[in-house]
Amino acid sequence: MSEKPEARIALQVDEKDNTATIFADDIRAGDTVEIRDPQGGRHTLTVLSDVPYGHKIALRDIARGEHIIKYGESIGAAQRDIPAGDYVHVHNIAALRGRGDL
Amino acid sequence: MGYTFSGYRRPDGRFGSRNLVAIIPSVICANDVGQAIQRQVQGTVGFFHHQGCCQLPSDLRRVTDTLISLGRSPNVAAALIVSLGCEGTDVDRLQAELEATGKPVRRIGIQALGGTSRAIQAGIDAAQELVMAVSGQARETADISNVVMSIKCGASDTTSGMASNCVIGYVADKLVDLGATVVFGETTEFLGGEHILAWRAVGGEDGPVGRKIYQIVDEMEKRAMALGEDMRGGQPTPGNIAGGLSSIEEKSLGAIVKSGHRPIQGVLEYPQFVTTEKGLWIKDTPGREPEILTAMAATGAQLMLFSTGRGAPQGFPSMPVLKICGNPHTFERLSHDMDVNAGRIITGEASIEEVGEETFQRLLEVLSGAMTHNEALSYFGSMDIFCLGPVI
Repeated sequence: MSEKPEARIALQVDEKDNTATIFADDIRAGDTVEIRDPQGGRHTLTVLSDVPYGHKIALRDIARGEHIIKYGESIGAAQRDIPAGDYVHVHNIAALRGRGDL
Repeated sequence: MGYTFSGYRRPDGRFGSRNLVAIIPSVICANDVGQAIQRQVQGTVGFFHHQGCCQLPSDLRRVTDTLISLGRSPNVAAALIVSLGCEGTDVDRLQAELEATGKPVRRIGIQALGGTSRAIQAGIDAAQELVMAVSGQARETADISNVVMSIKCGASDTTSGMASNCVIGYVADKLVDLGATVVFGETTEFLGGEHILAWRAVGGEDGPVGRKIYQIVDEMEKRAMALGEDMRGGQPTPGNIAGGLSSIEEKSLGAIVKSGHRPIQGVLEYPQFVTTEKGLWIKDTPGREPEILTAMAATGAQLMLFSTGRGAPQGFPSMPVLKICGNPHTFERLSHDMDVNAGRIITGEASIEEVGEETFQRLLEVLSGAMTHNEALSYFGSMDIFCLGPVI
């Protein structure tokens, strides 16, 4: 691997996605990342919390109960309102499959 | 395009990527004798599973069927069956069906021979004779359409679905287009993505293949819930969650990327050996490595492409496993376990097609004899046969 400073990138897989996945180390609240969308577009977004490598952020405001979209498909539902740039993971979204209570 | 590899021609016309003598214990209770034989005789591998007795008849049939399919693999040149003598596995059928392949087959029984030390001695003699009989066989040129490739992802993180599984999907599409066979499984990891697979089924979502895909997912989901629990806490695994995967749906949608884009021809049962099947197939398996790798070797796959993000080191005794790593950090940390660096897709240094072509070349080399990292380390000791019923 090269010694160049790692780009602070977040990848959006499908144009319908409301999340992007950060591939950069030590992202802290207030940092900006470069969102790369599937059409080749790039824009920056301010991250609202500390986010580990390989974890997701919201690309736009997501309301409680709304589907979380990645790969153009639902990967669960928001358990509370999630503002754009906030960390999206098991603390604020829930799977809708493989469970006996739904 | 005329892609070829160098393989060992078997009596049934298939080509193996390896030329191994398989030590096949009929039951868990024969493993210690089998392991002593395997340690002593170069060129042998053992299928040291944990089944074969005190199980329901359907599971005993499944164990016998799976052992037969493992022995039929073109990577197996000859087999030594190690029986205890009182097991539930149908050892006569195992022996008869392996002999019907035309490969050399020997069988020893621990109780019949008078115990452990005599069985080990007889087994070493037999295995030595088998290895010396088959070890001189030369490789021959085989067309790529003879390949049966299995695919799997394990120790996944979010790079798996966005890099390494994309590479495997690229290679899967290429092999299907070249007339080969590709098999993927992990029914658990269809949950949330099964509609996409059903749409790709030959005959569509409402055809027999599409309906079967929905059925195997439903059965698997119900098996978990029948115990009064759901899958959260088990799937995604703690490692998946630490790697950024938030739900079984996210894991599944990333996992099915490795199957590429071609139509799905049908669904294979767990022990099933492919005979005339070409194109892309599903095998109904769990996701855990020891059980799915067994199923894939039993398919007759000469090798496996295995995608990982966090770094899964293991392989299988009779099937080389090529590790495609999606996470660039893991590839650097585990460089002696990983084979291909798909993390370059994440960093933007390479395209899916570039890493896909590199992987395809490595695949041809491995089919022709080049070792994978896990093979060179003999990191393939844990295997098992997936059974549905209780141990009784």
